[in-house]
Amino acid sequence: MDHENKDKPAAAAGGVSRRGFITSVGSGAIGVAAAGALVHGAPPQAQAEAVKAGDVSTVTLTVNGRRQKMLVEARWSLLYVLRDHLGLTGTKVGCERGECGACTVLIDGQARYACMTLAVEADGHEITTVEGLMTGEELGPTQRAFAEEDAFQCGYCTPGQVMAAESLLRANPSPDLDQIRQGMAGNICRCGTYAHIFKAVAKAADLKRQGR
Amino acid sequence: MKDEELYFWNGPLPETQAPSPAPAPEPWGETKVVGKPVVRIDAYDRVSGSATYPSDVILPDMLHAAILSCPHAHALVKTVDTSAAEKMPGVKAILKDGVVGTNIPWFSGRGGFTSRLFDPHCRYEGDEVAVVAADSIYQAWDAVRAIKVEYDVRPQVTSVADALKPGAPAVRDGGNAIPPGQPYARGDVEAGFKAADVVLEHTFTTPFELQNAMELHGCVAKWDGPRLTIWESTQGVYGVQGGAARALDIPLANIRVIGHYMGGGFGAKLSHGKYTVMAALLAKKTGRPVRLFLSREQVCLSMGNRPGNTITLKAGVKKDGTLVALQSKTVGSGGAYSDGGTGSVDFVIRELYACPNVRCENQSVYINAGPERPFRAPGHPQGAWALEIMLDALAAKIGMDPIALRLKNITLVSQTRNGNPPYTSTGFSDCLKNGAEAFGWAQARARTPAPSHIKRGVGVAGGIWQGGGGSPPSTAIVKLFADGSANLNMGASDIGTGTKTWGVQIVAEELGVPMDRISVEHADTGTTQFATPSGGSKTVPTESPAIRSAALDVKQQLFAMAAEQLKLPAADLELRGAEVVSKTDATKKVGLGQIQAFGRRGLLVGIGYRVPNPPGKVTNPFGAQFAEVEVNTKTGEIKVVRFLAAHDSGRIMNAKMFQNQVSGGITMGIGFGLTEDRVMDRAQLGKLLTVNLHDYKMPTALDAPADKTVLVVDPRDNAFSNTGAKGVGEPATIPTAPAIANAVFHATGLRLTDAPMSPARVLTAIAGQKPAPAGQKGRE
Repeated sequence: MDHENKDKPAAAAGGVSRRGFITSVGSGAIGVAAAGALVHGAPPQAQAEAVKAGDVSTVTLTVNGRRQKMLVEARWSLLYVLRDHLGLTGTKVGCERGECGACTVLIDGQARYACMTLAVEADGHEITTVEGLMTGEELGPTQRAFAEEDAFQCGYCTPGQVMAAESLLRANPSPDLDQIRQGMAGNICRCGTYAHIFKAVAKAADLKRQGR
Repeated sequence: MKDEELYFWNGPLPETQAPSPAPAPEPWGETKVVGKPVVRIDAYDRVSGSATYPSDVILPDMLHAAILSCPHAHALVKTVDTSAAEKMPGVKAILKDGVVGTNIPWFSGRGGFTSRLFDPHCRYEGDEVAVVAADSIYQAWDAVRAIKVEYDVRPQVTSVADALKPGAPAVRDGGNAIPPGQPYARGDVEAGFKAADVVLEHTFTTPFELQNAMELHGCVAKWDGPRLTIWESTQGVYGVQGGAARALDIPLANIRVIGHYMGGGFGAKLSHGKYTVMAALLAKKTGRPVRLFLSREQVCLSMGNRPGNTITLKAGVKKDGTLVALQSKTVGSGGAYSDGGTGSVDFVIRELYACPNVRCENQSVYINAGPERPFRAPGHPQGAWALEIMLDALAAKIGMDPIALRLKNITLVSQTRNGNPPYTSTGFSDCLKNGAEAFGWAQARARTPAPSHIKRGVGVAGGIWQGGGGSPPSTAIVKLFADGSANLNMGASDIGTGTKTWGVQIVAEELGVPMDRISVEHADTGTTQFATPSGGSKTVPTESPAIRSAALDVKQQLFAMAAEQLKLPAADLELRGAEVVSKTDATKKVGLGQIQAFGRRGLLVGIGYRVPNPPGKVTNPFGAQFAEVEVNTKTGEIKVVRFLAAHDSGRIMNAKMFQNQVSGGITMGIGFGLTEDRVMDRAQLGKLLTVNLHDYKMPTALDAPADKTVLVVDPRDNAFSNTGAKGVGEPATIPTAPAIANAVFHATGLRLTDAPMSPARVLTAIAGQKPAPAGQKGRE
């Protein structure tokens, strides 16, 4: 899928080291924090070669079980790479600043905003999108529960809601209502279907416990 | 050999279908499919991620575009220097004022020509200055940032009160105050107040709200020679087609607008935007498809709002609860271009309760802010906020139960329409009575409060929606295939309200075909019939009768064919699976494949038209909502504990989706009542401060109650359409906020009249001070 950059020269060694540096800031870091740390802690020569728009480096993303080696710009968000380069448009764009949750994906099993995750941060990690919850054409239990409980209206926030629920249930297989609320608090549904979402998450927990 | 046989050698010769007269069906009694809580037909697509929304459309060789917005509340664009931006990597085209082909007049709202596509006079922060198309969206934004604009920054005014002050900066030529129309008046308001035992007057304020649908506003545009295809996140493909055709001056026939999925609109996506035209122009100029979606900040700035209002309401009532006079004065602003700042605010006030003496005045003004767009029940939540809190205050003053007061003043006729026509039905009193019983109103009101800083209370509010009865035009087509499967073809968009699903339920009901054997083609100006945008709570009442008629039309044709072959009267026949069977003798039947006339036709096409509602009557949906709240008197926080909504929307189409939609309307009403408030930097730069979803606080999972009950009140209204279905989308959000406010009063004795009821306002009220009014008045 990295067709557009395949024939370009590999990123300079500097690019790789910059990527390594940003990644080392930690999986919880957001773009701003990473940039701040870059200026703050980097040796002077690293500052001199600031990352430029258009500079690319190689990353390996494992998306829904498939390894994707690709060239990315340091500033590209995981959301952009998933949608515009891998064609996985189930993950939605709502705000691009970590407020709405429409872009929620799992990174190593935990819910993360793909808009606030640089593609270079995701290097080497396992990413699961809403498409990755399917088994062939079969919906996963969380998806099924959302469908059956009518836990959406326009459906645009739904993939993010489903991924947040999936993350919650992997960490806590039997959440109570308050835990469901907290687990879903990072995902806005403007259609206001929260009452149905709560029921869907509880139902998904049931389905998962029953191994269905 | 006949001529036709040259082309048709395999099977019988085709015939051209003759049009058939529109059937006048009996009203439904009990239904088998309609109304049932079936899962949406597109649930799989929406939860799997396979549904392709307009923002998901990726075309070969597609460019990405971004708009440069004016950062000032009021400025003249002097120069736009794109020379550096043009040389940047990936940049393919830049449009701005002065570029050939961009001098396009722009029409705002219902008014006439108001500005141009790139108007050098920017009247609000967010006005469009230039647009860039580049190979990637990152490159497009890089170029936007590299454009150098010289602005002549002008004095600005962003609050309604300031705009009306003498010497205020003029937003538009001719001053900020829009000449108001004649005040609405009936009876003699002064005489009414004299006759009243109790007269109360309160000033209410409501917030400017932002629609903020989850999918951003935008589209993808692609040309094939003279023909343009637009994939747009819209509530109405025909509205976008018309707007784009007018702006681009090309034939309607050459614009195909597709809107199969869309991520919410709430009124803000009823028509096209400047982005639609810009995407088309960029695609034309570059010869490549263009995707142009706004940023969330740009949506907050320029993609509509619900005008905030200040409503002074005076009401007079007799001791027995008879309402005798209502007088309202409303001011508000639709921003820099719309004159609709007070639109429909007074409708609820003058219509909902029987009252002989009413006078309503409205004053709309221009301010340097983004233009309003319709927002779920325009004006109504504001009017209900004033009227329904006032009713609660009157009830308290005369020592009457708030529900009893409302029941005392039920009207069966529309007092504001000419000739006082009766409603075809009103379930308002049943909404109040049945709702009160199911909610446990009497018990909850009688409860003795426990001594605690957390106070509990219950409140009620009612509502009516001005629309919701449906009307022409609408055309629907139902096709029946030779194997008994069917297709529904309609122009309406499914904005999340389940339009496709209930459409299929109607076809399944009439034809007896299982839902999984019915497909839908919708929301595409190239392949489906004309429909008005999905808004105004009219999609069900407008489209459902047309769909039913189309299904009946196809059934009538089929039965005529089968009757001839079976030698039975058509009235004796029904469709069971892929067979036409006699109702009286089940042994007499014929498979669809064996009906020879059907075989010659190949496909049966039924057409249904929406006929007008009967004259001399009006149709409106009604509702009553009941809230239980906890008020923390130490923190000022209001927690909505449970909610019950009883709605008369006529016959409902799908119990599951109905419940969901009402529940969602309540969530949105909670936003109006508790959290949402557009705040402008009024005193300094006039910039929007709530420009993202963090600062503009919409209800989240932590704010919405899990305990919501939805009660259906169906008066079986068969007087206005063949389905008896009224709208629900807007009614569901009208009474919510005042029900909460009235519950807060019951809990604490605090009469809050400013929305949203933020913790700061609650604490201020507790401290005995009047809280600061909403954004349009204060925030210095």
